[in-house]
This record gives sequence, C-alpha cells and structure tokens, in this order.
Amino acid sequence: MAKNSKVKKSDSIDWDYSVALESTDHISISQEYKLFIGGKFVKPLSKKYFNSINPSNEKILSKIASAGKADVNKAVLAAKSAYDTIWSKMDNAERGKYLYRIARLIQEKSRELAVIESLDGGKPIRESRDIDIPLAAAHFFYYAGWADKLDYAFPGSKVSSIGVAGQIIPWNFPLLMAAWKIAPALATGNTVVLKPAESTPLTALKLAEIIQESDLPPGVVNIITGDGATGELLVNNPNVDKIAFTGSTEVGKMIIKSIANSKKKYSLELGGKAANIICEDASIDQAVEGIINSIFFNQGHVCCAGSRLYVQESVSSQIISKLKNRMDHLILGDPLDKNTDIGAINSNEQLKKINMYLDIGKKEGGDFYQSNHTIPKKGYWCAPTLFTDTSQSHRIVQEEIFGPVLAIQTFRTIDEVIDKANNTPYGLSGGIWTDKGSKIFQVSKKMRAGVIWANTFNKFDPASPFGGYKESGIHREGGLEGLAPYVNFDNRTL
Amino acid sequence: MVYNTTIDQVGCKERVDRIFSRSIKKESKIWALNTVLSMIDLTTLEGRDSSGKVKQLCYKAAHLHDKHPGLPKVAAICVYPSMVAIAKKSLERTNIKTASVATGFPSGMTNLNSKIEEVKFVVEEGAEEVDMVISRGHFLSGELNYVSDEIAKVKTACGRAKLKVILETGELCTLDNVRKASELAMHSGADFIKTSTGKISESATPVVVLTMLEAIRDYFNNTGKKIGMKPAGGIGKSKLAIQYLVMVRETLGNDWLTPDLFRFGASSLANDVLMQIVKQDQGNYQSSNYFSLD
Repeated sequence: MAKNSKVKKSDSIDWDYSVALESTDHISISQEYKLFIGGKFVKPLSKKYFNSINPSNEKILSKIASAGKADVNKAVLAAKSAYDTIWSKMDNAERGKYLYRIARLIQEKSRELAVIESLDGGKPIRESRDIDIPLAAAHFFYYAGWADKLDYAFPGSKVSSIGVAGQIIPWNFPLLMAAWKIAPALATGNTVVLKPAESTPLTALKLAEIIQESDLPPGVVNIITGDGATGELLVNNPNVDKIAFTGSTEVGKMIIKSIANSKKKYSLELGGKAANIICEDASIDQAVEGIINSIFFNQGHVCCAGSRLYVQESVSSQIISKLKNRMDHLILGDPLDKNTDIGAINSNEQLKKINMYLDIGKKEGGDFYQSNHTIPKKGYWCAPTLFTDTSQSHRIVQEEIFGPVLAIQTFRTIDEVIDKANNTPYGLSGGIWTDKGSKIFQVSKKMRAGVIWANTFNKFDPASPFGGYKESGIHREGGLEGLAPYVNFDNRTL
Repeated sequence: MVYNTTIDQVGCKERVDRIFSRSIKKESKIWALNTVLSMIDLTTLEGRDSSGKVKQLCYKAAHLHDKHPGLPKVAAICVYPSMVAIAKKSLERTNIKTASVATGFPSGMTNLNSKIEEVKFVVEEGAEEVDMVISRGHFLSGELNYVSDEIAKVKTACGRAKLKVILETGELCTLDNVRKASELAMHSGADFIKTSTGKISESATPVVVLTMLEAIRDYFNNTGKKIGMKPAGGIGKSKLAIQYLVMVRETLGNDWLTPDLFRFGASSLANDVLMQIVKQDQGNYQSSNYFSLD
C-alpha cells in the first residue's frame, strides 16, 4: 500500500491525496528576456538585468532586462509614434479585430500561461488555470466588443482617445492585471507602455509574444520590465498622457504628487482592508466557505481581500470553530499540484512584511491561530492565520497586510457593524452574509466600498466595474465605466 | 447560541465543485477504489426479485472478482422484507451484513402499526440493518413531531439492528428541508441517514449529500455521536464515488471513511470500480464481459 495513503495500525485512516502535478513539458521560458519595444524584443540600453525567481523553490526562472531612462523614453516614443501614425486613425472595428485575436490567442495558450503564472508568482495552478487566465481572455473579449461601439457608450457625449497610456501593474494577478489595463486602453484607441511587477514579469512577456503573433502594429503595446525606478521614469516621462496604476496606496499617493503639475490623466486602483460581515441569519457553512475564499484566495495577495471579518456575536464561536476546521483541510504546497489550495508567498520581501504583521498582531494581544501545515523547506510560505478578539484599534485591523492573515471582530447590531466597516481609510470592497434580502440592501447602501458582494466573495467579471472609494483609488476598471478613464469627453452635454 | 439551518444553494454548489475538482491519482486512487468497494450496499429492490436472483447477488457480494485476489467484500446486501431470510442464509459464512428496506418502502404510505410490524418481521428474519423511509407528506405539512415519533418507534422496533433513515430528498424540494430532515432523523434515533429510495427520478445529488454530511458534522460537534451517511441511487461510476469520499474526508474527516459510517446504495457501481481496479493493475481497461453481472 502506498506511502501516503495507508491504514495505520491503530485502525485510524490516513488518506491523503497523492501528488497530482500539472505538467511543465509544454511550456517554454527563455533564459533571458529583453524589452518589448516597437514590436520587437530589444536589448536594454541600460545593459542591466535582474532575475525572476520561482517563489516556491527560490530557483531562478529567467534573466529579465531592466529598463533605464533611455529605454523608457524609447518605449514611450514608440507608443507615441504608433498612436500618431496608425492606431488613433484606425477604424474602430479594425481595432476590435486585434483585441479579439489577442483574446483567442490567450485562450489557445491558456495552459502554458497558467503554468508560467504559477511558476513565477507562486499561486496554485487551480487558480491560475480556472480564474486568472480565463478572466484575462474574457477581458480582451469584452473590450473588443466595445471598440466599435464607443459612439454609443456615453449617450450625449462624443469621446476620443487620449494618447499614450503608461500602465504599471502589480504582482498578485500578473496577466489578469495586464489584461485589465491593456484591453480598455486599446479599445478606446490609445497606445500603451506597460510595466509589469519586478517579481512577476514572465506572463506579461509571454503576452508580448502573443501580441507579436497577433500582428498588432508595432509600438501599439510596449512592455518594459524593471523595478519601481522604471515605474517612476514612466510616470514622469513627458510624452505619457495618462497613468494607470494598480498597487499600494503609498505609491499611488506618490504618483499623484509627481504628476500634479502636468496635464496627465490618471486612474488608480490601490489598497484595501475589506470588511466581510457575517450576520447570525446567514447560511453558516456557506459563509465559512466564503470567508476562506475571501481571505485565503491567492494567499491573501488580493487588494479586495476580506481581511477584516465581522461576525455577529451569537454565531461567532460556531463560525470560528468551523473556520479553523476548514483551514486545516486546506492543502498547502507545490503551486503546480492540482490539489494545492494555498501556494507560495510571492516574494521574500512580501513574506517579511507578513511576518512583521504577525509579530505586531501577537504583541497587540490578538488571539493567534495558525493552521497546522508543514511548511516546505525552500521557498516563501505562510500558513493560513487568524487573529480573533481583535478591535478597531489594532494595527492588524487597520493596515493592509496582503497575506493570508484574517483579523476577526464580533458585533452585536447592524448599525454598529456598518460604522466599524466604514471606519477605515480604505473603501475597495466588502461582503455581507445574511438570509434576508432586505438586510443586504440595508448594509450595502451604507457601506462605503466600490464593490460589495452579498453571500459570496471575490467574484469578478469583465462586465462589472471594479474600483475603490477613499484611499482605495479613483476611477473604475471593467465594464462600461472602465472605458471612461481612457477617453476624452469632447462635448459632454450630460 | 443561535442555530439556523438555512442552506445557500449557490454556495453549496460552489463548495461541491471545489471538492469535485480534487485530482485523485496513483496510490490514493487505488486506496479509494478498494474503500469504495467495501462500502457498497449491493442492492436489489424490484417487484420481480426472486430467491434465485437474491442468492446470485449474495454470491457476487462475497466473490466480487475472484480472478483478482485481495479485494474487499461489499458491506451489505439490501433487499425487500420477503427476501431477508434467503439473503441471510446465503450470507451466513461471510461477514457481509443483511439489510432490508421496511416501513412501506418506498412511499411509506401505510399506517404506523403496519410499519412497526414490518420492521419487527425483518429483524426476526435476520436483518441486521433496517432502511426505513420517513413520511414526507407529514414532513412537508409541518408535522415534524409525527415524523420524529415515527422514527423513534421504528428505532425501538429495530432492537439491535442498525437503523438507516431514508429522507427521500428528491421529494423534499429544498436544501433547507434536507438539512432540517437530517437533524430530525439524527435526533430521533437514526444510526445512518440516507438520501433516497432510488425509486423516484431524483436521487442522491452532490449538494444534497454535502448538506447531509454537514448536518452530521454539526450533530457530532454538538453531541459527540457519530452518525453514518448513505447516498443512494445514481452513483454508478467510480469517479463519482471517489469524489464522494473526498467530500467525506474534507467535511467529516478520515474517521468517517469506513463502512461503519459511510455506505453507497448502488447496484452497478461495484463492477465499474472493479474495472478501474483491474485497469490500475494491468494498465488497460478490460471488456465489461469479464465482470460478472451478479
């Protein structure tokens, strides 16, 4: 009988799932990636490179070019030239065709993209295969459909494109965020310089290959890699007309400051500390599953994660004990194993930040619970964690941790929990769990958050706008609303 | 503590999908296939059942596929009351249990005294397990006390025999009702709760099974008593059966992965599992002609 599925002498059964690894035979990752400028992969003028590693085993995956000032300038000029000469003049329906083509190519290569996403970012293959990659393709399909309908998008208004969009994306959903940025920008007639995150550039570079294959005119999309300094150069480049950024609130504020004296438009999708509210009349087991999905999805590296849990006192002990039980049944390990629920933390830097917050939480006196998982020796890992008995004044309740760490508070009345939910500088998302439809409307009307899920959490659709209130950002991505940040309103009458 | 039994159908389905997306391969699959075999209640419940048919089925139960040594036997044979004595005799040199349906199976539309008499009869004939049906009409019209009393009286009539309570979930309409009926049955004396008779078109569905397993888990957490579960009807393929084992493992834990606490009510499942076991061993699928019908 097998090593990991046996009947012990004591007659107690120990059935574990055998490893079910997704194959990596079919993927290709180059040893070195250059910058994608003007439709070609070109060596960086900076002559600098950095490594992209697999966070689950710390092995180097590829050497990545680091764009310096001259490189950024070159990319922006390529985008500007493509805008002036081709893209802004192209028939809208023609532009749409390219987007459809990119969407189909993403679907065709979905398996390879999913594996690379999991290798580079540490997320479970189940999520990259079932969520990240299909949604990325769906975004291109969705905005492809808008390309020839822009005249009808905003009744009473005529819209036109802006110019060159400088786009900076985070490491938590690398390809998906690239799709969120590129698809609406192209559909509205803008050209793009995109900078993926330093720790997860590979799928964006694969997307560059797809874009080449799609015959998109050279320079319409340029993808340049590098760290925060490269991003800063892009933000400050005078030929960039619009900045779209997804990332931390801290960096978002820096961006606003640095472009304050320019005509640049901007849209920002920043941090969050979402309140997830469980009422006593909720369907308990489904709510527990919802909590799991709200905070442990993608190791908690989700800006809209439900990181503040509010449970009505009468059901709190029941919910918390069920939650702990459910956490122990999550499978932590190799991101490429099809049974893995919790993958690796994206980078050493992020792991240090999460561990810092674990220390803060323990010092603050929250009741600490961590699931009983064996942590692999190599790589960056954090077991799912709860802090119960926390309060609004705890730092782990106030600050975005961006990891699998949940801070739990109890509440007594709906008014009380709404006040607490809104008692934060953030306002990206929220959740409400109840069997009463009227309560859903009561709470969701008063919660100051851009997205509110009722009896579910972390659901995304390209047709649904996403974005924050307060310090969680400005403007929306996705849906009709997601077109607005990429257009000028020429004669707005409404 | 507030206690509520509402089930969100959409959320329940999502959890099922997540459970069913587990990939069970290699050694874990072989263990699961063998375990599924040992959990089967091999069933024949037809008006045309005869002593010959029951004898053949009983032989099959103890000799699933003798060409392949080391296979477990099924857990029980499940028959109509008139066949209990024949099944009992045919199984006497095995440790396979004899189970009988009772209480006016499958509709349960008869009076309480007849039900009790029937239960006493099958126990006297040698049934070690009794599969009763609840009165769905009374349940749906809100007469929960009636349903509870009936189960309790049947339980008393069972004596030492184990009682499996069939909820016939296909007639209960909502998952809220499934949850409510599960709790009612467990609190009234059920040793097992079972989904279906197999006599109506809707039998065990994954969301129903999950809802019942969750009810069993909560009952265990509240009382410390372990209640068994038996999905019945519509489980013909080993893949689905293995997915149910995953569901049990992730809902109730490995403790429930034993024929004492989990059964499959199925007639065609055994041969599909056998086919899979032989495939794991020999690398290719055999023709169904190599596996005996009964």
